[in-house]
Amino acid sequence: MIVDLSIVAVKAFIVIFMVLNLAGVLGWVERKASALIQDRIGANRAAIFGFAGMGLVNTLLADPIKFLTKEDFIPARGDRLLHTLAPCLALFPALVTFAVIPFGDVLIVGGREINLQVANLNIGILYIFGMASLSVYGIVIGAWASNNKFSLLGGVRGAAQMVSYEIAMGLSVIGVLIVYGTLEPQAMVRAQGELLWGWLPAWGVFLQPLGFLLFFTAAVAETKRLPFDAPEGESEIVAGYHVEYSGGKFLMFFAGEFAEVVTAAGLVTTLFFGGWQVPYLLRDGFHFPGGGVLSLAPLAVTILQVLAFALKVVFFCWLQILLRWTLPRFRYDQVMRLGWKMLLPAALVNVFITAVWIVLRQRPT
Amino acid sequence: MIVFFILAIASIVFSVLIVAQRNVVHCAMALAATLFILAVLFLTLDAPMLGILQIIVYAGAIMILILFVIMLLNPAAIEARPAAWWTIGSIAAAALFFQFAALLLRVPLPSAGPAVPDSFGGPESIAQTLFTDFTLPFEVASVLLLVAIIGAVVLAQRQR
Amino acid sequence: MTQAPLEYYLMLGALLFAIGVAGVIIRRDVIVILMSIELMLNAVNLTFIAFARFLGSLQGQVIVFFVMTVAAAEAVVGLAIIISVFRHRESLDPRDMQLLKG
Repeated sequence: MIVDLSIVAVKAFIVIFMVLNLAGVLGWVERKASALIQDRIGANRAAIFGFAGMGLVNTLLADPIKFLTKEDFIPARGDRLLHTLAPCLALFPALVTFAVIPFGDVLIVGGREINLQVANLNIGILYIFGMASLSVYGIVIGAWASNNKFSLLGGVRGAAQMVSYEIAMGLSVIGVLIVYGTLEPQAMVRAQGELLWGWLPAWGVFLQPLGFLLFFTAAVAETKRLPFDAPEGESEIVAGYHVEYSGGKFLMFFAGEFAEVVTAAGLVTTLFFGGWQVPYLLRDGFHFPGGGVLSLAPLAVTILQVLAFALKVVFFCWLQILLRWTLPRFRYDQVMRLGWKMLLPAALVNVFITAVWIVLRQRPT
Repeated sequence: MIVFFILAIASIVFSVLIVAQRNVVHCAMALAATLFILAVLFLTLDAPMLGILQIIVYAGAIMILILFVIMLLNPAAIEARPAAWWTIGSIAAAALFFQFAALLLRVPLPSAGPAVPDSFGGPESIAQTLFTDFTLPFEVASVLLLVAIIGAVVLAQRQR
Repeated sequence: MTQAPLEYYLMLGALLFAIGVAGVIIRRDVIVILMSIELMLNAVNLTFIAFARFLGSLQGQVIVFFVMTVAAAEAVVGLAIIISVFRHRESLDPRDMQLLKG
């Protein structure tokens, strides 16, 4: 009992540690990558003994120190309790969602198989949607507690956008659920180890290409990053619902946004790109479709799988950063139209086609 | 058992806050917290699907809608607390609670639930029951939701 | 981790329901009255699920599914009505909504 609890605690610690670290590193990658994309150098003024490290010292040391030592103020007639609560409400769901995302198959330690997933719920995917719907609270409360019309406008836009794209996100995943027949992410990832026609791994993107596009679009819209930046609207409504937040609270909002980027990347990886699956790698080694078998120690297999997961998550984080600095911002009515009139019907059509296909495939048996 | 007591006391505290707070937004947040704690209580009662549905639907959608409406209507004043109404209300609620206690505790209740399979309350078993025994109510519920959506859109439109 | 007995869950449900009733009687803001009604519905949900567990039947949980659906529909229509009445009366006090003529 104690051993089980401590194993879960260690896994939870590792997951939160890695997510927060990745969120921090993404802050640096965003600044440097945006600079390179826009053909400029980026932040390089803060340096220790002349070592500026491509903006690392600036973003990872100077910026946090600046944020944490700024004055923390609450607007004059703003709501004190809610103003302090909002960043916590924004950060909490982004971190907690990672509890059901599997980052590896099993780790065999001392005869005990440890499932590399913090919590194995039978309702797995629904937990993620529950946490996604809780993440709207941070926006709404943050906007209200600031007692500021721009803030309120940004908050209302943000809440409406998030609620609309939650629906599209949920419906686009139903196709994946039908194909793999389970709600539990670890079982879904294990099912993606099968081979289609003997050589193609049964990843979600091959079985549900439309679902992948819809889900990725909806997930990017949920994180409220460009091109779905209307709630934050840097050139229109100052900073939307962020405007009255400074210092540590803004850092929490900021970290929450990057944690959501990592979470979105983790979800896309798990549902559509095989999670921790390396093609043709089973628990005892590589089984190539042509015939050869390359045996590997179980620990090596586990390390390879965890590395594959990390690599895929980092790739999708990179893709989202690239997307942000390439596309212009959508107008708010364009965002709403995309969510309701294009993504929602497309997701419904996807579910319908998938269901018909599954029923037709199962007929002869 | 300890978990139950912590959750029960927390839910009672938050629900009293719903009734007692003068600021409407604080009431709404207290209700959201109560719904979340009730969802966790559902999880302890072997109803994982309904617990998570409570979070997605109630705490995640209905409460956001209520907060939206509060933000849009922007009620200016903070309510007064007339003492007379508060005593009447509290006495009425206490009387109701004691009636409930008398009714519920009179009947001999099962001391422990029957041993249920692991999938009790899970998505498969709920779906099985829902789509075989309760197909008609399910379809009627979908029509009800459609009617509610149309009704809400029509009611909230500005008259020309 | 022992399971709490059924009586505790029923008492908790009854207490939450009573607090909801107090909210409907005491408060002078229709939105808070609506929220108290939601609290009452949730207390009933808790009772249903407790009975479903202790009688081993899934029907209790399916009923809660439908109660949630109906509560969602009711909250939506109720809020639409409140918005529409607010436009005319400019007030959320139920005493200002007692007479049909404005």
